[in-house]
Amino acid sequence: MSASAAQKVDPAHATLWARHYAGHDMIGTRTFGFWLYMLTDAMVYAALFATLGVLSHVVNLAGGPSSSAFINPVYAYGQTITLFLSVLIYGYSMVALKNGNRGGVIGGMFVAMLLGVVYLVISGIDIGNMFAHGIFPQVSGFLSIFFTIIIYHALHIIVGVVWMLVMMIQVAREGFSANVVYRLINLRLFWHFQAVIWVFVFAFVYLQGIVA
Amino acid sequence: MLVHLQGPWTPLLGRLTLQQIPFHVPILVVTFIVVAILAAMVLAATTYFGKWGYLWREWLTTVDHKKIGVMYILLGLVMLLRGFADALMIRTQQAMAVGPGSPGEMGAVHGYLTPFHLGQIFTAHGLIMVVFAATPLLVGLMNIIVPLQIGARDMAYPYLNALGLWLTTAGAALVMMSLFVGNFAHGGWYGFVPYFELPYSPGVGVDYWMWTFQLSAIGTSLGSINLIATIVKMRAPGMTWMRMPMFTWASLSTNLIALTSFPVLMVALALLGLDRYVGTHFYTAGMGGNLMLYNDLFWVWGHPEVYFLILPAFGIMSEIIPTFSEKTLFGYVTMVIASFAIGGVSWGVWLHHFFTMAAAPSVNSFYSVTTMLVGIPTGVKVFNWVFTMYRGRVRYELPMLWALLALFLLLVGGMTGMMNAFASNDYMWHNGLFVVAHFHMMVLVIAASIFGAVEYWFPKVFGFKLEQKWGKWFFWFMIIGTGWTFVPMFFLGFAGMTRRLDYIPYTQWSPYLHIMLVGMVFYVVAVLFFVAHLYVSLRDRVKNRVGADAWGTGRSLEWMTHSPVPAYNYAFIPHVNVLDEWAWRKENGLTELHPGDYEGIHMPKNTGVPLFLGMLFMGLGFALIWRIWWLALLCVALIVALIIIRSFDRDTDMTIPAHTVEQVESGARDETSVAMPTAGVRGGTVIAHSILQSGTSGISGSTTSTSPSLAPMDR
Repeated sequence: MSASAAQKVDPAHATLWARHYAGHDMIGTRTFGFWLYMLTDAMVYAALFATLGVLSHVVNLAGGPSSSAFINPVYAYGQTITLFLSVLIYGYSMVALKNGNRGGVIGGMFVAMLLGVVYLVISGIDIGNMFAHGIFPQVSGFLSIFFTIIIYHALHIIVGVVWMLVMMIQVAREGFSANVVYRLINLRLFWHFQAVIWVFVFAFVYLQGIVA
Repeated sequence: MLVHLQGPWTPLLGRLTLQQIPFHVPILVVTFIVVAILAAMVLAATTYFGKWGYLWREWLTTVDHKKIGVMYILLGLVMLLRGFADALMIRTQQAMAVGPGSPGEMGAVHGYLTPFHLGQIFTAHGLIMVVFAATPLLVGLMNIIVPLQIGARDMAYPYLNALGLWLTTAGAALVMMSLFVGNFAHGGWYGFVPYFELPYSPGVGVDYWMWTFQLSAIGTSLGSINLIATIVKMRAPGMTWMRMPMFTWASLSTNLIALTSFPVLMVALALLGLDRYVGTHFYTAGMGGNLMLYNDLFWVWGHPEVYFLILPAFGIMSEIIPTFSEKTLFGYVTMVIASFAIGGVSWGVWLHHFFTMAAAPSVNSFYSVTTMLVGIPTGVKVFNWVFTMYRGRVRYELPMLWALLALFLLLVGGMTGMMNAFASNDYMWHNGLFVVAHFHMMVLVIAASIFGAVEYWFPKVFGFKLEQKWGKWFFWFMIIGTGWTFVPMFFLGFAGMTRRLDYIPYTQWSPYLHIMLVGMVFYVVAVLFFVAHLYVSLRDRVKNRVGADAWGTGRSLEWMTHSPVPAYNYAFIPHVNVLDEWAWRKENGLTELHPGDYEGIHMPKNTGVPLFLGMLFMGLGFALIWRIWWLALLCVALIVALIIIRSFDRDTDMTIPAHTVEQVESGARDETSVAMPTAGVRGGTVIAHSILQSGTSGISGSTTSTSPSLAPMDR
């Protein structure tokens, strides 16, 4: 391999040094790293969903309620709508970024953030209702993983909301510097990823829970 | 929401009371005094020599991948010593506590360690050796070498790199702290449920184990993101995938394993944490918990982790053996494929850690077969190394000796691994010493590779070679210690001895246990030789100075820049034309390192933020272990605040001006030329490029020289 490759290169005319090398594309590198981070988070979710699968046997209810007994699909529906709307509007905010429109980015992000907060409120009411009916994570193995997944997802939404707040300030202060742009792109990945994960949460935790 | 605890708890100090400090254990008191004296000496020396500013500027706040790598390796060596001390205590206890007539000292019925104390020791030994010794050592090596091998000026995310280091250090510091404040888990390094649940392990030991593990897992995941992004995105122009050095390939494969497996460990530990702190029922006996869930989640990480550790070792061997055989690596493409095959198979073998859990025969058969499959790519690698040496001009310098030891131990460890792969065999020796001896052979492959790598790349980082004499004593005593310790362990495994015994009822095992203790004496002597090795090397550093191509037969890019490597790695980024670029350039007389006409170089600035984040994470870990909620909340708030504040910092980069680059480059040249006196090392200080200038062709024929030319390579 190497011997044959070496013969192909003519040492007399080979380029030995990358003069005036501009370095690597910073935004692309940062975005790639964020994809890798999301892969790790996806693995966390994979492990959690696997745990949900394991702990969904009737034995794991330990005499406690199954999810079909207490899930209120209205809340999950509301969460789906707000989160997807938020992602959509964040997408519009990114269109504004392409056009270099600072106000558009901030405005879009503000609405997306508000919808994220609405999502959290719905989620809070939903979980509060369950707690009020004596449905706690401590009741059974199944409820442990049930609450762990939805609360872990809600934690991501909190992180996203705080991040958007920070980015609105940074866009206002700095405009579209390279640092701000890569963070906006990464936040977009993050926010879309939360919607993707929600699809799984909705399908495996809520829908399957009601059917089961 | 929180669980009820046994024992006292106050809002201010959580579970922390004076009773938690083990005044009554003489071993720990003595250890504490020694550690305190050492720490005081280090602090006093730093103050006396006025090195605080230097320490802060050059090391604690650095984002330079080489310095971070060096600190990783120092951390790994310190923890290796700690883990070795643990091993010494285990071996001594087992040699003493044989048979009903054996004496008991210091409160123990047999031997000198109570079962509770011994339990903490073997738990700490396992955890430390895997995640706080081997992992930092390998991550440190990858940190230093991978950017150099791909012609990059730094890692993709220098700041994140420093953060990974300080998170790992925070975890290691907490492990050390558990010696003197509270206690450590005593049920084995991989944990058992429900034994590690709060009702059965009510103390802080399991919490120490859990949070230190978690911190290192986070640190390693961040490091893996960084290394993958570096390899994928930061390669020099012309370095296509198939021109990447083998160590870089191994790093890529190994970090893909880390990236995908460490999150699973985080989940396994976090769910245990929820059980212990909030009272959920993931792994509890009863209440809908599932005991095997923990084992599965843990080993879904645990087995890939094993290959996470072994693949960089394979990568190191793949660098050292060609260099000292003066041949290109045999079967480069198959080597790449084998690395990724091992990485891929690593995901499908975890159940072989608990064949005895009574899965269906079809399940056990499946994991039996996948485990045996690992032998195929590993065998490919072994044959490739052997064929690399075949008809090569093999030079038995220290790195090569270590690589050969690793190769030999790999055969022993690999073959016994194949024996373990049979589920029917495993039923007989599950949890036995045969398994323990097998995986110690494998981790010794890693250890031998690491020592080889340290010998091999030391001149690249520090500019001088380690001396040979004491290094060889160290090497041979390590071999003797390994033989005396682990060969009897295989026999004891066949005899049916199980692991982690604090008392051995069968006196007929006594001879083996005593032979193993003799082996430990050889290891202790080896450690002393290692210290002498480092001391003599430091003392004679001027004599052992080397140029860029320290071994004379280096093949990859890292030998194309000065030793020690300047902060910016390469004054000019090399353009890569072939695999083994440096060897190819030497063959064609293209060793000029391009002097003059320098340009400014853009580099990241030092920052103390990662260090502070590491400290805050350590505080968070401590607060969670002792359940000091206000401190935990404070640390979380400060961590979030610090991350946000840092994100507003626009002054994170700098440009090294061209004239500084020129100064450094010319300084490096002078140092090389001055410090090349008569070769004081057996076999000669080998400078291939200087020979090249006198007209011989290429790397062959250059290495037997004992009187190198004084002409520096880049003049």
